[in-house]
Amino acid sequence: MESTAADRMKAFAAAKVRRQRQERLIEFVLFAAASVSVLTTLGIVYVLLKESLVFFSNVPLWTFLTDTQWTPLFSDPHFGIWVLMSGTVTSSMVALCIAIPLGTTIAIYLSEFAGHKTRETLKPILELLSGVPTIIYGYFALLFVTPLLQKIYPDLPGFNILSAGLVMGIMIIPYVSSLSEDAMRAVPMSLREGAYALGSTRFQTATKVVFPAAFSGIASAYILGISRAVGETMILAVAAGMQPTLSFNPLEPAATITSYIVQVALGDLPHGSVGYQTIFAAGLSLMLLTLTFNLLGYWLRAKYREAY
Amino acid sequence: MNSHDSLAVKAIIRRHKRWDVIFALLGLMALAVGILTLAALFVDMAVAGIPRLNADFFTSFPSRRSAQAGILSAWVGSILVMLVTAVVAVPVGIAGAVYLEEYARRNVLTSIIEINITNLAGVPSIIYGLLALGLFVYTFGLGQSILTAGLTLALLILPIVITTTRESLRAIPQYIREGAYACGASRWQVVRQHLLPYSTPGILTGVIIGLSRAIGETAPIITIGALTFIAFLPPMPFSGDPPAGLFEWLSSPFTVMPIQIFNWTSRPDPAFHQNAAAASFILVFMTLAMNGLAIWLRYRLRKNIKW
Amino acid sequence: MPSTITLPEPPPVLKAQSNNLDFYYGSFKALKGISMPVYANRVTALIGPSGCGKSTFLRCFNRMHDLYPGHRYDGTISLFPDGVNILDKQVDPIEVRMRISMVFQKPNPFPKSIFENVAYGLRVRGESSRSFLEDKVEAALRGAALWGEVKDRLRDLAVNLSGGQQQRLCIARALATDPEIVLFDEPTSALDPIATGSIEELIGEIKHKVTVLIVTHNMQQAARVSDFTAYMYLGDLIEYGETKEIFMKPKRKETEDYITGRFG
Repeated sequence: MESTAADRMKAFAAAKVRRQRQERLIEFVLFAAASVSVLTTLGIVYVLLKESLVFFSNVPLWTFLTDTQWTPLFSDPHFGIWVLMSGTVTSSMVALCIAIPLGTTIAIYLSEFAGHKTRETLKPILELLSGVPTIIYGYFALLFVTPLLQKIYPDLPGFNILSAGLVMGIMIIPYVSSLSEDAMRAVPMSLREGAYALGSTRFQTATKVVFPAAFSGIASAYILGISRAVGETMILAVAAGMQPTLSFNPLEPAATITSYIVQVALGDLPHGSVGYQTIFAAGLSLMLLTLTFNLLGYWLRAKYREAY
Repeated sequence: MNSHDSLAVKAIIRRHKRWDVIFALLGLMALAVGILTLAALFVDMAVAGIPRLNADFFTSFPSRRSAQAGILSAWVGSILVMLVTAVVAVPVGIAGAVYLEEYARRNVLTSIIEINITNLAGVPSIIYGLLALGLFVYTFGLGQSILTAGLTLALLILPIVITTTRESLRAIPQYIREGAYACGASRWQVVRQHLLPYSTPGILTGVIIGLSRAIGETAPIITIGALTFIAFLPPMPFSGDPPAGLFEWLSSPFTVMPIQIFNWTSRPDPAFHQNAAAASFILVFMTLAMNGLAIWLRYRLRKNIKW
Repeated sequence: MPSTITLPEPPPVLKAQSNNLDFYYGSFKALKGISMPVYANRVTALIGPSGCGKSTFLRCFNRMHDLYPGHRYDGTISLFPDGVNILDKQVDPIEVRMRISMVFQKPNPFPKSIFENVAYGLRVRGESSRSFLEDKVEAALRGAALWGEVKDRLRDLAVNLSGGQQQRLCIARALATDPEIVLFDEPTSALDPIATGSIEELIGEIKHKVTVLIVTHNMQQAARVSDFTAYMYLGDLIEYGETKEIFMKPKRKETEDYITGRFG
């Protein structure tokens, strides 16, 4: 028995070089898989920059940022990105007017008021809101919410930012409430106990102690909501119409950066044409916008994690 | 403190406590807004759409006549695209997560990879569409095909798969790893023989959540250029003559459920809206079912595993 | 069975020797110049207060520290009879772990069957013959005094065993690969007194087949179980010797203080 065990050890030792090579190969394959994320980012940067550079060689950046019309496919084309931005800003504002108050209230309620069972049942249901495909929200905004709003305000056009923004806002509630609640739950019990010991009610403790303590985490939740609103496409493509107008009135149809890209993509896209390039320039603007928000949100979240 | 003061204090306390009740009500109302919207959406879809659901709806192609239009090409296309998405995202995602949790050292390169994953999770889906259009469709020449769509959606859900896999791996206690290493196992043996089998339920949950997100994605698919009036089925996988024919289906034009819904919703004719409602009902049902399955799996495995 | 006749033990043979071993976690020097023999077929105990480095020293023997970044070995641990320095960078830690097994403080059976737990060390080196594995598993379980209790339920999940049984299972797992040294890292601190007693008895039996190096924070256990004892404090080896010498006539005052409970 002893000799065979020693023989086995010898054979095992002899195979060492092959074994170590195998382990290194496996590690390399796994590394390559992990690097796909870096390659994706590089791909996005490459694609957006490549076409945008061609675009900006034809259209001066200054015009892009200041022109008041967006009519890239007309014979007298105009390329003012602010037109699309105004649609994005308006729709996001409407959405955030719903998502932030409701999301925060829900977060405070679930974190400071609700019992464990209530919280565990209601949270997954709320999460389902963010799991519904956005095209269906678009359908809902166009064919349910708009007619409903038209009963209240008959002059409301069939395509408008308001319906889309409202539905978008409800969709974003879970993003805001979930992260805000996490931030509030991270506040140590000792702070709350200090407040309660002084005779505070739940509401007072929640608003005067917990909320301010968790504020950078809550702010990062808001930023995430903004980022999500800015990047939303389908609800706006279906329900907000696709008329690029420089206006901040939610009761009108408008095009956003995202719905413009969809509009062009639905048509015929000859590779290399001006129309083709505009969607990349628009995409680049969108990317810079969301990147700024994401970085801000990330920085805020790091700040609140440090605190505890 | 005289009785006048104590009455005043009691009045103040009562007033403050009223705010507790008011706020609790506000909280519940806010929750109700969300939940009622979900319910209204579901009911609206069901009421409008269910009457339209019959066997023909599932087995017919889209048509200019609303009564004859069906979702055959759409649901088949969705399944085929999901197949490609899963085949790409699952191995790459799991492998990437294993590398980051078990192999990677704490250095700049690892941080870059992790920052990228976090960042990509927050990139709007239409940007993935632009990536696919510029890179996959044109530069790589993969065309407006099922392969392109599958690759794009795989990249989209990759952060989800990686993050949930990492969490599942992290949940395995260190003493299990040490016990396996102490028996003379190599790193890959520990991963393959212990870590992956023990974290399979968690990984599965993440994959289901990712796929349920992918199945409802519209913007990237539109940007690639999925045609919205497809009155034919792509060739079935592996049905052609080998070797090239086996993969013919990958390069075929196609449509998916969300695109079909978009197409029908965009038409002015209310009869098509009914078709859209019916298709939406099916899509919502599938998405909610997948999400529900994932939530149930997560709940069950929290009960079973006793680390 | 006559209990008063004890066969004279053969003189101790060197199984391993640490020479001037320093160990660093990052910049923290956890072990300072440890030089100590480990004799074959004997039980050597490492005792000392929390943080003295006894577990750190133990884990050098099976290169456990290699799993974590920031470790540095300075010095040697030689394994006999071949005299190889197991801390050498050229030496594969996996091979070291195949010759030197470990039993941990908290019983850590894998969420697999009893059979698969014990067989794991063998599978890892490529053994797949059914009959071979069955024989080795039975021998190991017998060696761990567990065979009688589990022979009818080898397919059952190991996590369903009691704490004491789980630890004996981990001992069986460590024995299945015919190791030369078995390291025990406070093996009974998570167990009740009865289970502790059976583990201690087991250690007394297995030392005839393997060499045992055991870390314990329980001095009485060290006195009961070991042939040689080493007292460590803050990374230094204060005193080493035969157990009865250490406990009855310690040479250093620090050792005497610890043994008599004046501190630690």
